[in-house]
Amino acid sequence: MKTLTPLKESIGFTPGHATIKAAHILQKTKSKLGLSRPFPAFIETPIPDVDTLAIQDIDVSNPFLYRQNKWQSYFKRLRDECPVHYQNKSAFGPFWSVTRYEDIVYVDKHHELFSAEPIIMLGPVPEGLEKLETFIAMDPPRHDEQRKAVQSVVAPQNLKEMETLIRTRTAEKLDKLPTGVPFDWVQEVSIDLTALMLATLFDFPIDERTKLAEWSDIVGANPEGTGGQGNADDVYLAASEVMKRFSLMWREKEAQQKGGKALGFDLLSLLLKDENTKDMINNPLGFLGNIALLIVGGNDTTRNSMTCGVHMMHQLPEQFEKVKADPSLIPNMVSEIIRWQTPLAYMRRVAKQDVELNGKTIKKGDKVVMWYVSGNRDERNIDRPDEFLVDRKDARKHLSFGFGIHRCMGNRLAEMQLRILWEEMLERFDKIEVIGQPKYIQSNFVKGYESLQVRLTAKQSAPQ
Amino acid sequence: MSNITFIEHNGEQHSVEIEEGKTLMEIAMNNGIPGVDADCGGECACGTCHVIVNPSWFDKTGNTNNDELQMLDMTPERESSSRLSCQITVTKDMNGMEVRIPEFQM
Ligand code: HEM
Ligand code: FES
Repeated sequence: MKTLTPLKESIGFTPGHATIKAAHILQKTKSKLGLSRPFPAFIETPIPDVDTLAIQDIDVSNPFLYRQNKWQSYFKRLRDECPVHYQNKSAFGPFWSVTRYEDIVYVDKHHELFSAEPIIMLGPVPEGLEKLETFIAMDPPRHDEQRKAVQSVVAPQNLKEMETLIRTRTAEKLDKLPTGVPFDWVQEVSIDLTALMLATLFDFPIDERTKLAEWSDIVGANPEGTGGQGNADDVYLAASEVMKRFSLMWREKEAQQKGGKALGFDLLSLLLKDENTKDMINNPLGFLGNIALLIVGGNDTTRNSMTCGVHMMHQLPEQFEKVKADPSLIPNMVSEIIRWQTPLAYMRRVAKQDVELNGKTIKKGDKVVMWYVSGNRDERNIDRPDEFLVDRKDARKHLSFGFGIHRCMGNRLAEMQLRILWEEMLERFDKIEVIGQPKYIQSNFVKGYESLQVRLTAKQSAPQ
Repeated sequence: MSNITFIEHNGEQHSVEIEEGKTLMEIAMNNGIPGVDADCGGECACGTCHVIVNPSWFDKTGNTNNDELQMLDMTPERESSSRLSCQITVTKDMNGMEVRIPEFQM
């Protein structure tokens, strides 16, 4: 299990910090008194062949379905036999699964029928943090206002400013990688490059960037939310650390601004410059929610796409040869990687009224899960969906970023980062070999890799 | 022959023939106009088919419904005559219309 590394400096009292601490104490006390929500521990057992199960017993919320990489046949059966499927005995309570591409687009588009509140994971909001505000889990009009306030930080105009810096940092990282000997790509490259990118976005101290990855992992691993391996206490500790750190950074930048120094293009500077958000810090749970959303949203997703690409280039050397021969395929390949990986397996909604969907009646108040991971393999909408093709036509038409008003805000940033990674990889390496078997994450939400051992072969004419 | 002109961000112009009944997005895609992604394939759900209609032609492009306004709200280069091209059905009345493509789609 992960433990938190201590923050470098100790920071004084902030109002947000106190709020989270109070939530944590409440949760701990309830837990001691046996009043907190009971939650069963997940014990791994081999995932059976899907054909041995009755349709109503299929439970795609089982986090081991992903860890054991068995999800493909499960979703194929649901798409073919029961595309809108009800499961009422899961560890996360009853929920509907929407598994076909077109139905998923329908649910994602119709925010007036399907609410994103109060949270977009299968499980509930951690106790005491019900008031945490993140716009991914808000309906209009509040969603629209909050998204508008922060989206300029990842708008393409701003990305242009950041591209050179991200490329330099990527190149430095790749130049330091060993060749000819195996190492863990996840730890060495994917986690670190993603943290570097987020540190750039937040103007966060580079030498403390591992904190960004740690915080995100803790939220993603919350067992009650996603079936992960985390522990509930960590969620509160991480929340209070993020609050401390970012409040301090905010105050520093605010002082800078008052002292007449120009602010940069990082997230906090943009928020401080905007009339609508310059006082955001006075609403601690709103402030925390927005920061946390960007940290989490940008972390595992891009990270696991980076790993997926390397894995595929090993499995399909002829596809690697194709991109090497024609690097102009890289943007297309990036979209194909993001489809193939589907870094977030689903988003969850709650029906706001009774809704008919593909012959089933979803009742008001029911949980509805849009399984992007299934829709991205739907043969009804995607040609040869189980093949990974760097030159796939219409590669951009995948579900991994969602659709509608919640469509991923960081999509262009993620694509840019992956494009830069592959442009720089092709400059340096000729061959990518995966050693042994990849290890996949235990979670029904974050679809990804725990580790992937690789060995790289340098290009004859590589720079340096 | 009736035409619509797409103007790229760098000023390059592409004049394409009107196909009545098609959406403006479909016409852009069929003619390989650069700068229109149309990731959702015309569902009004991605915002990546954003165009800026020459204001004098704006009224000819029909109504902008709420869903479209909401998606437009999230596009960074939005202007007062912005539209999602998948929500415009092309008619003969649009002969001579000019639409600009933003620098970026998002
Ligand atoms: C390959 C990488 C990524 C994938 C697959 C991904 C996936 C998603 C998905 C599925 C959604 C929800 C869509 C919906 O409900 O319809 C989302 C929303 C979001 N993502 Fe990403 N994401 C990625 C990278 C990023 C990055 C790099 C950032 C920012 C640094 C980011 C920030 C956000 C935010 C802020 C939202 C909420 C948008 C809203 O509710 O309006 N994402 N993302
Ligand atoms: S094509 Fe997606 S909104 Fe027009």
